[in-house]
Amino acid sequence: MIHSSLKALSAALASRQISSVELSTLFLDRIDRLNPEINAFVTVDREKTLAMARAADARIAAGNAGPLTGIPIAQKDIFCAEGWLTTCGSRMLSNFVSPYDATVIRKMHAEAGMVSLGKTNMDEFAMGSSNETSYFGSVKNPWDRSRVPGGSSGGSAAAIAARMAPAATGTDTGGSIRQPAGLCNLTGLKPTYGVVSRYGMIAFASSLDQGGPMAGSAEDCALLLNTMVGFDERDSTSLDRPAEDYARDLDKPLAGLRIGLPKEFFGEGCDAKVMAAVQSAIDEYRKLGATIVDVSLPNSHLSVPAYYVIAPAEASSNLSRFDGVRYGYRAPEYGNLDDMYAKTRAQGFGGEVKRRILIGTYVLSHGYYDAYYLQAQRIRRLIANDFVEAFKTCDVILGPTSPSTAFKLGEKSADPVQMYLSDIYTIAVNLAGLPGMSLPCGFVDGLPVGMQLIGNYFDEARLLNVAHRYQQVCDWHLRRPDGID
Amino acid sequence: MNQWEVVIGLETHAQLATVSKIFSGASTAFGADANTQACAVDLALPGVLPVLNKKAVDCAIRFGLAIGAKVAPKSVFARKNYFYPDLPKGYQISQFELPVVVGGQISFPVGSGEKAYEKQVKLTRAHLEEDAGKSLHEDFQGQSGIDLNRAGTPLLEIVTEPDMRSSDEAVAYARTLHALVRWIGICDGNMQEGSFRCDANVSVRRPGQPFGTRREIKNLNSFRFLKEAIDYEVQWQINEIEEGRAIQQATVLFDPDTGETRTMRTKEDAHDYRYFPDPDLLPLVIGADWIARVQGELPELPAQKRERFINELGLSAYDASTLTASQEIADYFESTVAVAGKASAKPCANWVMVDLAARLNKEGLEIAASPVSAAQLGGLIARIADTTISNNIAKKVFEALWTGEGASADEIIEKQGLKQITDTGAIEKLVDEVLAANPGNVAEFRAGKEKAFNALVGQVMKAAKGKANPQQVNDLLRQKLAG
Repeated sequence: MIHSSLKALSAALASRQISSVELSTLFLDRIDRLNPEINAFVTVDREKTLAMARAADARIAAGNAGPLTGIPIAQKDIFCAEGWLTTCGSRMLSNFVSPYDATVIRKMHAEAGMVSLGKTNMDEFAMGSSNETSYFGSVKNPWDRSRVPGGSSGGSAAAIAARMAPAATGTDTGGSIRQPAGLCNLTGLKPTYGVVSRYGMIAFASSLDQGGPMAGSAEDCALLLNTMVGFDERDSTSLDRPAEDYARDLDKPLAGLRIGLPKEFFGEGCDAKVMAAVQSAIDEYRKLGATIVDVSLPNSHLSVPAYYVIAPAEASSNLSRFDGVRYGYRAPEYGNLDDMYAKTRAQGFGGEVKRRILIGTYVLSHGYYDAYYLQAQRIRRLIANDFVEAFKTCDVILGPTSPSTAFKLGEKSADPVQMYLSDIYTIAVNLAGLPGMSLPCGFVDGLPVGMQLIGNYFDEARLLNVAHRYQQVCDWHLRRPDGID
Repeated sequence: MNQWEVVIGLETHAQLATVSKIFSGASTAFGADANTQACAVDLALPGVLPVLNKKAVDCAIRFGLAIGAKVAPKSVFARKNYFYPDLPKGYQISQFELPVVVGGQISFPVGSGEKAYEKQVKLTRAHLEEDAGKSLHEDFQGQSGIDLNRAGTPLLEIVTEPDMRSSDEAVAYARTLHALVRWIGICDGNMQEGSFRCDANVSVRRPGQPFGTRREIKNLNSFRFLKEAIDYEVQWQINEIEEGRAIQQATVLFDPDTGETRTMRTKEDAHDYRYFPDPDLLPLVIGADWIARVQGELPELPAQKRERFINELGLSAYDASTLTASQEIADYFESTVAVAGKASAKPCANWVMVDLAARLNKEGLEIAASPVSAAQLGGLIARIADTTISNNIAKKVFEALWTGEGASADEIIEKQGLKQITDTGAIEKLVDEVLAANPGNVAEFRAGKEKAFNALVGQVMKAAKGKANPQQVNDLLRQKLAG
């Protein structure tokens, strides 16, 4: 049961083969057993989870269950959930119990009847690519416990990889769903900006942040996405679009599909064995009837520099509210008001967060704004235009998710630039606001390799279709790490 | 003083009269218990997002149309970043590079009598922003309390060009603006509650020279303080310069107790607000249809009404300005004229501005609460016009209307027998009797004493119990005495 897809679990619940309470207990017991080592969850509350499971069972018994009613899910600790500790991986919020539900949480709980297993570990305020910046300690990759799971949604990824949860929520500002999905052999989707409400999702970089599903397959992601999307009047950047079923095209044949390979994603900087795994996936797509075309994203080399201006700029302002005045951490001893601010923020934030606040403050400062922030916005438009051009000749873009497989814990934590480069293929997608996903495409030395699919705006259903057809002819996504049973 | 020219620009914060806040659904009502009107968004809880209140935009468009400004088809909300305990997000959402209202002007009379002149002030811009909360420094045992009820209240910041040349002009501008924002219903104008407050940028220069260095006086919440603060600041700046010290750009506070301004911060420690477009809010796009709808809801503006009072009713510029000081006064006046007739517009103006105003003032009443309605006053003035009663009797009738002795002037005139005697025969009879009874006065008059004539008029009026038509009494007396 713990290896089942959401569709199979849904069928088991519907046929009363298992109750939500039993299913949730199964996963809660696994969390008790495995989490002390993996550290994927920062908060677990058995009573709360079982109360939701009982309510779901009642809904199923009453015959008004939805497709995911009673299904357990892990929530990235960036989503505010009423009555739950919501820490965002930071000491700053280590005591913050949210009085309200994020829209995504409300949709999953109240509308879909899903059952939250707990809150997952993450890089502090989603700033990181290894989950090592968390105040609550690093997360171990279930495929090799000396390695990182990726980040910032590393806890969510490790939770699913170790089958402590069948699915999880993630958020993706520069690759934070796709990169850990790739490093943990999962399927994860970052939707088009504006499709999933950001209300209640603690902001890192508002113009880039987007919530999305992480699970074992494209089909599971489609089911989860169906529950997460929708216009939200509480989020001004949320898009008011007609509802759609993201699973509708899963089985559509790929004959005639044009897959674009950006030459910039296939050059230097990527591990050769990773590249080889991606190449075999491309061969599979040829067999599935797809046409492979060469495309170019000439400004993609500018995406990391532009991102590390825009994201810190927004973050420096977004994180100003964490001042020790109204909630969260406050330094125990201080002199005057300025001292209270300084000590609270010095003690409440970790090193990477402070680094980005400093960068962001600098690039927005008088005299530097034009040279950095405005220039980065111009580059952002160029990058978005590159994709517009590319999609004139192809339907989806394919490449590696990350330049390497999971790296060792501590390997890159002393070198921020090396760390930032692990998102080199994912960041441009956020800058352009496009949907992107990562799915397993092989292994190198026993470690998973992810490939990235990038779609045009609102083309999530097609991305899921392209991923699903691949998952019908390979079994990478069904492989499990050793020693998790 | 004469060799110095004063240069003033004003920034006014008008609190917009919306039911809920500019970026949240919480109430904007004044006076609630601390922090009872601050929702998750106002508290800046993690994860919350702002959503623009369209009613606040309506107010900005109204204002833009009322001052002949350009309503920007696209404006942008920006974050103004600084730390302060009553600023929950650590930034204020405001507008910076692209404000919602651009340009426009306000005209108003300055001074009265022969020295009165018309002044026009150009506006630079008006932009939407949110207010901060309040820090409370008393009763917290050495700590400070924070009340976030006001946080997120919508403000329109209205910025002028440095067009004013005296504190009188600045006050006249502020009064006109105050009347305008109330007139168009976008601000309640309550200055005690902080709904309307001004910052004054003041500098001095020798005429013809470039602008001097300015200092900004913050948060002036009465017209009197505005005048006092500017006057003090101007004198201070002149003294500094004349004593050889240069003015440093600074923000200053006015202390009403001492009547002095004192420096709050200088340019060196000015904040770098790190403005950038707020990524949580889309650009504010205002189409022609939105503007047309607001235009359709706009009342006749004070300036238009003032012109109409001058051109159609023949009022003086001063009277027209006084009667358009507020919508309530203008409405009362127009309703009075509607009953009394346009030919009586000038007497209507006098009655509203002098007699009624004095009586209201005595009782401490607003015109909307006047016991004498505009229709009643109009009815009274109509009876003066058609000579049913004299001006003196009219004052009696007005008092009777005030105290509720009758429903209309006509009823009181009838009931109390106040109708003027205009029958020549009847008046002639009274005149004859008075002449016969006062030979001494008659002799004095004939000897050239004009005063004696007035005594005789008084006698006739007394005999008529004040009701004889004064003109007829005069004419008949002159006739008889000449004969």
